[in-house]
Amino acid sequence: MTRADSISSRAQEIFGTPVFDGAAAVRGYALNAMCFSFNKKENREAFQRDEEAYMRQFRLSPEQADAVRARNVAAMIDAGGNIYYLAKLAGILGLGVQDIGAALTGVSVDAFKQKLLNAGKDN
Amino acid sequence: MAQIVGSICTSHVPAIGNAIARGLQNDPYWKPFFDGFAPVRQWLDRVRPDVVVAFYNDHGLNFFLDKMPTFAVGAAPAYSNDDEGWGIPVSIPVDGAQALSWHVIEALVSSDFDITMCQEMLLDHAVMVPFQLCWPSAQTWPVRIVPIAINTVQHPLPNPQRCLALGRAVNRALRSWAGGERIVVMGTGGLSHQLEGRRAGHINKDYDRFCLDNLKDHPEALTSHSTLDIVELAGSQGVEVLNWIAARGALGDTALSEVTRTYHIPISNTAAAVQVLETREPAYSR
Repeated sequence: MTRADSISSRAQEIFGTPVFDGAAAVRGYALNAMCFSFNKKENREAFQRDEEAYMRQFRLSPEQADAVRARNVAAMIDAGGNIYYLAKLAGILGLGVQDIGAALTGVSVDAFKQKLLNAGKDN
Repeated sequence: MAQIVGSICTSHVPAIGNAIARGLQNDPYWKPFFDGFAPVRQWLDRVRPDVVVAFYNDHGLNFFLDKMPTFAVGAAPAYSNDDEGWGIPVSIPVDGAQALSWHVIEALVSSDFDITMCQEMLLDHAVMVPFQLCWPSAQTWPVRIVPIAINTVQHPLPNPQRCLALGRAVNRALRSWAGGERIVVMGTGGLSHQLEGRRAGHINKDYDRFCLDNLKDHPEALTSHSTLDIVELAGSQGVEVLNWIAARGALGDTALSEVTRTYHIPISNTAAAVQVLETREPAYSR
């Protein structure tokens, strides 16, 4: 088994945990590049002025563009988005990491926050 | 000869920076974590470091996927930060310990660590949040920095054994530095947390305690897991504990004492922790 095989096969065994390996990085390059550009305020403003033009500039795949239009973080991750870069887009959309966590686990934001609080109850 | 006075390993959750900016240190949600830094600051007042050697991971402020170094050492005269795209507070830049950076770079490459060297580098919350926690009222940072970035973004990530060995090579470099600086090592990130996937919100107290209990005297125990084992145990961002492992390596083989430890769940999605280890080298205990 090659090293690359061992990463992707092992990663698939970890429940509910997308591992950002080479395949994901290739698949997600355009989307992540767009998100990286959001480090600069003028780029965030350009995206907000015309999302479609901005996505075309970065050549997002149809799947990636649909995920952005739908504000669907799970679909963005499926399309190769990396959470560290996606967080910058989420910021523009007014979503924090706990909003994302709630959406990805299919619970309300309050329930997600409570899950974290419960984890700390007996430490 | 330079003195390595100890290490500060701490979580670096960006929400901590926002809480500082909003003055929430005594808010019930935040207080248990912030209170853990009072003994850290007392220790810093006592050991008065001149230089921080910080092992951390960039979160897509400085490095993109076009060029992703596994290990990168900063050699800049100064390091700025930024709002990272979502408006976190911007801090004053940190001055670089530039000559020491080049000494570390030369020593690492001659120890077969083929690192990337960076004369321009932005530092993100992974460095700035720990600085804000350690020196909350600083008008200028009282320390200069040698930043060492470890890739925890793009798999394959380095193995824990390699991170420990990197830290040990940094230790040898620091011990061979002729300057008289007092050096504190930082390792930032962790402990268990996961932002994405169906398992988002994953916390693993048992694994976190295993790390906190073994880091001082049995750091090899933390290298008994592969990097993907750590992802499974600690979560996909909990793997940032690689920075703690490297920082522990940079303390070398000297006897250590634990100055303080705080472990608190949750800060945002994270099991937050801070641990200070102090060296008891003859050169220091004068």
